[in-house]
Amino acid sequence: MEQILSNALGELLTPMTAAYALAAIGIAMHFGFTGLLNFGQAAYMLVGAYAFAMANLAGLGLVPAVLLSFAASIVLSLILGIPTLRLRSDYLAIVTIAAAEILRFIVSTTGLNDVTGGPQGLSGFAKEFYALNPFPVGEYGFWAWSMDEKGLWVRVVAWSLVILGALFVAQMIRSPWGRVIKGIREDEDAVRSLGKNVYSYKMQSLIIGGLLGTLAGIVFVLPRAVQPGNYGTGLTFFIWTILLLGGASTVLGPIIGSMIFWVLLSLTEGLLSAGVSSGIITFIQQDQIGGIRFMLVGLGLMLLVIFRPQGIFGNKKELYFNA
Amino acid sequence: MNQLTQRAQAHPAKWLGAVILLMTLIFGATGAFAATPAPSDISSDFSVGGAIKQGSANPVEGAVVNVVGEGFEGSATTNARGKWEVAVPAKGTYTVTLDLASLPEGAKLKADFSNVREVTIDKVNSVVALFPLESVTKPGTDPVEPAPATNIVLGRIFAGLNFGILLAMAAIGLSLIYGTTGLSNFAHGEMVTIGALSLFTFNKVLGLDLVLSALIATAVVTAFGYTQDALLWRPLRKRRLGITQMMIVSIGLSILIRYFLQLVYGGDTKVLSQGETWNVFGVLMPALNVITAGIALLALLGFGWFLTRTRIGKATRAVSDNPSLAASTGIDVEQIIRIVWVVASALTGLSGVFIGLYFQASWDTGFSILLLLFAAVTLGGLGTAFGAAVGALIVGMFVELSTLVIPPDLKFAGALIVLILVLLFRPQGVLGRKQRIG
Repeated sequence: MEQILSNALGELLTPMTAAYALAAIGIAMHFGFTGLLNFGQAAYMLVGAYAFAMANLAGLGLVPAVLLSFAASIVLSLILGIPTLRLRSDYLAIVTIAAAEILRFIVSTTGLNDVTGGPQGLSGFAKEFYALNPFPVGEYGFWAWSMDEKGLWVRVVAWSLVILGALFVAQMIRSPWGRVIKGIREDEDAVRSLGKNVYSYKMQSLIIGGLLGTLAGIVFVLPRAVQPGNYGTGLTFFIWTILLLGGASTVLGPIIGSMIFWVLLSLTEGLLSAGVSSGIITFIQQDQIGGIRFMLVGLGLMLLVIFRPQGIFGNKKELYFNA
Repeated sequence: MNQLTQRAQAHPAKWLGAVILLMTLIFGATGAFAATPAPSDISSDFSVGGAIKQGSANPVEGAVVNVVGEGFEGSATTNARGKWEVAVPAKGTYTVTLDLASLPEGAKLKADFSNVREVTIDKVNSVVALFPLESVTKPGTDPVEPAPATNIVLGRIFAGLNFGILLAMAAIGLSLIYGTTGLSNFAHGEMVTIGALSLFTFNKVLGLDLVLSALIATAVVTAFGYTQDALLWRPLRKRRLGITQMMIVSIGLSILIRYFLQLVYGGDTKVLSQGETWNVFGVLMPALNVITAGIALLALLGFGWFLTRTRIGKATRAVSDNPSLAASTGIDVEQIIRIVWVVASALTGLSGVFIGLYFQASWDTGFSILLLLFAAVTLGGLGTAFGAAVGALIVGMFVELSTLVIPPDLKFAGALIVLILVLLFRPQGVLGRKQRIG
């Protein structure tokens, strides 16, 4: 029992929770504040992860690798945005989801084994990152949050980036630029009649949210290998669930949403697993629990959107799905 | 298994159970606990691999192998020497499936061998999963080996037309629902899956006749579509939920149904097609595919007649064009939407049955072609039914013909790139009118 609880609460601080929070802040920028339906956040994470890993493996060094990821992310935004930002919002949705799948197909094709690792993906690229670790070898933290020096280093970096990202977005939204962005969400034509270039503002928002997604992609792969299978549509929809859970047009929402999401998922998995192994739950097998987690995510997403579209922290007046 | 299976299809209210589960999760988080590994950290020291050959010296290139298990999914394509390998995140048991549709013409598994195997990684870091194929040196059936280039192209064209026609039925269903209700239904792929898996249930599990099973499977999907509209979408329309919200609800529904089907049917691929092959203009095609393509074509023509010649069909187009105007001329819009859901589900169900026969069936069959359906609908012009059919044919042809130039594991990517290019130059689609894009 204590084991499950500590596993679940340990999720609060994992780099994965941080990565999802960062990616969700990116979609908050897109959807919550600008009204852009980006269903391809997985593509931005994929670009971040692969560009970072490939540049590191090529020996370019840490900072150039991050810059390269950002450049790739901006290019992706331009490619996605130019054809679709003038069109109705569901076009962006379809194009972004299609682009994410295209990228996933491309990086996992066996023809590119030498470049992207094909279906195996890439690993062993984060050595330089861990070489910068200022913490001496040892055990840190307590109970659910005990970790080694590597774990501490990743968590410190990941959560610093989340906090910086959130502060950055909060500042942007409070600025005059942010008011225009929110205006576009509420009524595009009204903003256009004020002489603003809506297209350009939307593109800027797409790029900024995309960069946050790319950063999330880098954070996501720091403690693990790059696996093309991770970047399916499921990843994007998990992030959307997190975003809608916390509140789409809030900055804090995605962070808390990510924490709640992973703690709940871990708890469910632990409880179901305990139920199965102790014979209380008989209608499923141990290996089917993963699927039930996904079912719960799907159901949770439906119920959230129907009954509480503004999320936990959202203000009903603020958000609207006005597409 | 059978009981569970049937309940899966006939019970749209199945998510009630899941609601209770969620409630337990939220309010009852004080049960007995046990150890589970934290799912976060993945290293890739483990792998599953093998080689696929026809006989001893005849490797098969381009065969697709899927590996599922321990919350991981991956796939690999065999190289020129017939070898494949998938890196997996952890020790454990994985289900390895050889995609029979990816095998070259004439290649098949040895008798008594399944295309689905379970492997366990325990003491060693990599395991081998073998799928022995029959040797190709059979006397008499020689034209497989030195196929002339025109035959290969013709074969691809036939395959493309075939695939396109099957896609068209599902795409029209998607387009009809979009046109009348504004819903971009991400759960549409699951109707295809339910069609294919119902066919498996009735034909393979219950042992019914193939034609009868196909009819029942189509009926199951039709009933599912009707109840889905009645229990979910109609109430949401009454609540005046925005179309973006509805779209996200459909994403949730898609995930829910998909993993429910995985729970019931498991993660492996169910083999549906078999039987003789016909020689069509020098191209060997499975007889069943030729027949299903013919039936699909008839169904499409029948649907065209319905849409243009009957009163209900005309009313449907009126609602598609402008619901308020249609309502003011005395058309019962809700009634039309109900009919649309039934017709669209029937077409989609039939498409699912045929796609099952064409590609085999698994829990994510429909989801894997969902984006192609969206591409077809968008290519043809959002909300125009005939446009969707044209778009589907283009997508089908493109997917199959592109394999002449690009590796087979990229063929779906090619079709999606076309989608983006079309949006760039002709956003209203091939048959769409400019005003539709808003």
